[in-house]
Amino acid sequence: MSTDSLKIVAQGDREIVITREFDAPRDLVFEAWTTPALLKRWLGVFGGWSLDVCDIDLRAGGAFRYLWRNAEANLEIRGSFSDIQAPERIVGSEQFVQPFVSDEAIGTTVFEERAGRTYVRNTVRYSSQAARDGALQSPMEHGMRASYAALDVLLEQRDPQ
Amino acid sequence: MNSSSRLDATFAALADPTRRAILARLALGEASVNELAEPFAMSQPAISKHLKVLEGAGLIARGRDAQRRPCRILAQPLGDANAWLETYRRFWEQSFGQLDAVLEQMKRERAAAPPAPTRPAKTTAAKTARGAATATTKSTKRKTP
Repeated sequence: MSTDSLKIVAQGDREIVITREFDAPRDLVFEAWTTPALLKRWLGVFGGWSLDVCDIDLRAGGAFRYLWRNAEANLEIRGSFSDIQAPERIVGSEQFVQPFVSDEAIGTTVFEERAGRTYVRNTVRYSSQAARDGALQSPMEHGMRASYAALDVLLEQRDPQ
Repeated sequence: MNSSSRLDATFAALADPTRRAILARLALGEASVNELAEPFAMSQPAISKHLKVLEGAGLIARGRDAQRRPCRILAQPLGDANAWLETYRRFWEQSFGQLDAVLEQMKRERAAAPPAPTRPAKTTAAKTARGAATATTKSTKRKTP
């Protein structure tokens, strides 16, 4: 297992919480998170997928659209922002429109800076438990790999002493 | 239980931090209710209630020894939940690994050409980022020996 600080936990019935630490100041992380030319270099761009369309109207009420393609399929997410507090917070709704139309989920991303590092917490609230559990089976992924890393995620290892 | 309702039970059981901590403890080896209650500052009946939920979700099993009834972790339901979370995790793990590289490059570019202090970085970044990112990528490449 790497020293990756990524944590993903199912919270309550309807939420997934993703946290990750980045070795960069907050304004840079926010910029990389909200700028199409930069997003195309990192978001879901692996295993033959490219982020071909990335449109972002970064303001409350603004829309966004991500379209990934690989040799066989398209994947598209559309949504709109309800709150933008650069570089601290993004709130918006989002849904898959390809390859299937999903229910809307509400995403809240919070960026915190401590000692030059940035801590990102992304909470996604789904419309139902079934939708949340379905989202955990990302259509971009195929291979399932048993690993102790996932056990860490579920158990949020803490010292019982 | 079918696999979907078993997963529901697994996630419901894992939603509670005390139960996750109990599982973390049991991952180290079996323990009695008393041993489990000790580090949590909780009453034995409160711990027993959590153990019932974990047992109902098939996450733990209780021993037959009437006095001690040691608890041990069961791997299978956790394995299923792991597989579900694992696919999702890989998407973010790979993406964030690439974001790390993008951020490293952005930091180098900033060090080479600090932004003018009079202009607020937030608004200019959002408006000019697409063009600026392309331009600065090129300039960095030129500097690389």
